[in-house]
Amino acid sequence: MKILVCITHVPDTTSRIAFTDGDTKFDKNGVQFIIGPYDDYALARAVELKEQSGGSITVLNVGEAETEPTIRKALAIGADDAIRINAFPEDALFVAKQIAAVAKDGGFDLILMGRESIDFNGGQVHGMVGELLGIPSVSPVMTLDIDGDTAKISREIEGGKEYMELPLPFVAGCQEPIAEWKIPNMRGIMSARTKPLEVKDPTGDAPKTKVSKFELPPAKGDVKLVDPDNMDELVNLLKNEAKVI
Amino acid sequence: MSAEKRNFVDEFESPDFYALDDLLTEEHKLIRSSVRDFVKKEITPYIEDWAEKNHFPEEIVKKFGEVGAFGPTIPTEYGGGGLDYTSYGLIMQEVERGDSGMRSTASVQGSLVMYPIYAYGSEEQKKKYLPKLASGEMLGCFGLTEPNHGSNPSGMETHFKDKGDHYLLNGAKMWISNSPYADVAVVWAKNEEGRIHGLIVERGMEGFSTPETHGKWSLRASCTGELVFSDVKVPKENLLPGKSGLGAPMGCLDKARYGIAWGAIGAAMDCYDSAKRYSLERVQFGKPIGAFQLVQKKLSEMLTEITKAQLLNWKLGKMMDEGKATTSQISMAKRNSVEVALNIAREARQIHGGMGITGEYPMMRHMMNLESVVTYEGTHDIHLLILGAEITGIPAFK
Repeated sequence: MKILVCITHVPDTTSRIAFTDGDTKFDKNGVQFIIGPYDDYALARAVELKEQSGGSITVLNVGEAETEPTIRKALAIGADDAIRINAFPEDALFVAKQIAAVAKDGGFDLILMGRESIDFNGGQVHGMVGELLGIPSVSPVMTLDIDGDTAKISREIEGGKEYMELPLPFVAGCQEPIAEWKIPNMRGIMSARTKPLEVKDPTGDAPKTKVSKFELPPAKGDVKLVDPDNMDELVNLLKNEAKVI
Repeated sequence: MSAEKRNFVDEFESPDFYALDDLLTEEHKLIRSSVRDFVKKEITPYIEDWAEKNHFPEEIVKKFGEVGAFGPTIPTEYGGGGLDYTSYGLIMQEVERGDSGMRSTASVQGSLVMYPIYAYGSEEQKKKYLPKLASGEMLGCFGLTEPNHGSNPSGMETHFKDKGDHYLLNGAKMWISNSPYADVAVVWAKNEEGRIHGLIVERGMEGFSTPETHGKWSLRASCTGELVFSDVKVPKENLLPGKSGLGAPMGCLDKARYGIAWGAIGAAMDCYDSAKRYSLERVQFGKPIGAFQLVQKKLSEMLTEITKAQLLNWKLGKMMDEGKATTSQISMAKRNSVEVALNIAREARQIHGGMGITGEYPMMRHMMNLESVVTYEGTHDIHLLILGAEITGIPAFK
């Protein structure tokens, strides 16, 4: 089985978030970057599927040269080779078009990625890739098993779960508990040194959206404690100061 | 034995006040983050329970093998990692950040068992033992110290006689990390001419036993014991042919001491990290205790000493890779790191007040562990004498 795993290069979840250039760009200064946590689940499941039935894993990232340590980590975890599309991932459609261009003639049986990136959280790329390639796209996929040319998946839906069967190939946006994150071992890190990482130019498609401004949530205000015996004061504060009743 | 898993989020991050990460490669940083993730998953949630119950988690041996903590500098053809000494140091730093006993298990296996087999062993010995030791299929131990010969190993009494088709080994070793669970022991013993040689002794050989040492208040999550040899018939092919004399085991100790230099700073970082967080959370007199000058003094001194030791270790790693590091340079780094770590553990314990004496925080465990680390692999005083001999040209050992 030939699997394509698309990964994002995103700030660590504990990073301090700030913006530059008139609040239009994310401030990377001092920020640690990681494989998108949902993409990491997708990669972990791909490694398990390869262990079960053989095949190969190609990892794909749309990003500039600074993302290569993140790609090397994916290779250390178990991907066989990697492709980096040398472009800043401006918006979902732009990224989806880059992935579709690679996947179109790649002969992949499965295209896995996270259900969303954790930087801009659009959650749109998997659907767009499926549409561009004319194959099914499902998300968020919580379990994934392969039986011949068919996949059995379960998906989280409002208030419950959905169990589906669908033919290969298809696109899946993954989330836990599809697999446990894998920690690269020293042998994997060593072998990642020599695994191929191909850099490709992006397609000519221009991004169709532009960020005009980012805004952080308002800072948390002070806490006021009200004596339980003084309900009138509580009602007064909720009504006149917080203006919620 | 099941271990109680502590339900807490281990948010440890190592301090990097002088941007020393700039001296590391991306691969070094990936190695460090991978081992840190491993420690957060496999060690820190359980370590207080293991230490409290004086329990060696045997299953950790396979897990260390899987992540590649055994013999990272041994070439890949023998199952090792093929990595440089900075990588090895970073691995030891992260593992000892978890626990000195866990690091002892890993560094004995890598530096004191795999290294002598790799450096002094025959090709057959390397092929037979190294891949299994690297994967954790086998656990090894190193027998040098004896009941009557600690700092003076050249006085060892353990000896072997040539019996034609085998050697006959007699004697005893003490304070041997991993011994009760070890499948194989690299044992240093004198031949009939009084020359020290290394022998590979396997569990199951008649007359060989490994009684456990009980009652330790230090390294409680690692196993320690004796090696007792009573007319043990050791096949001749188990003698390490590549090197003899005291320099052979001392060469292994250089590698292990190098790992300790990094490891002890890992323990120091853990204590500093805990103290920094606690000083910002604990409120007294209406403000966090970190706002008080005497607490800031402690934290500032800790960070200064960690930063200095990081630089010393990094440069030593470079010299190890170039094959230029001397025994006395390694002594300086090992001694410095352990002293720094012990002082930081004590100061960090003070910042935590009464809470600092409980297993809710790591300082008491690190502090007790470090009392072993300051003693083994050359005592604190012996390292001073190694440096003294280097400075003056006059050995003061005897």
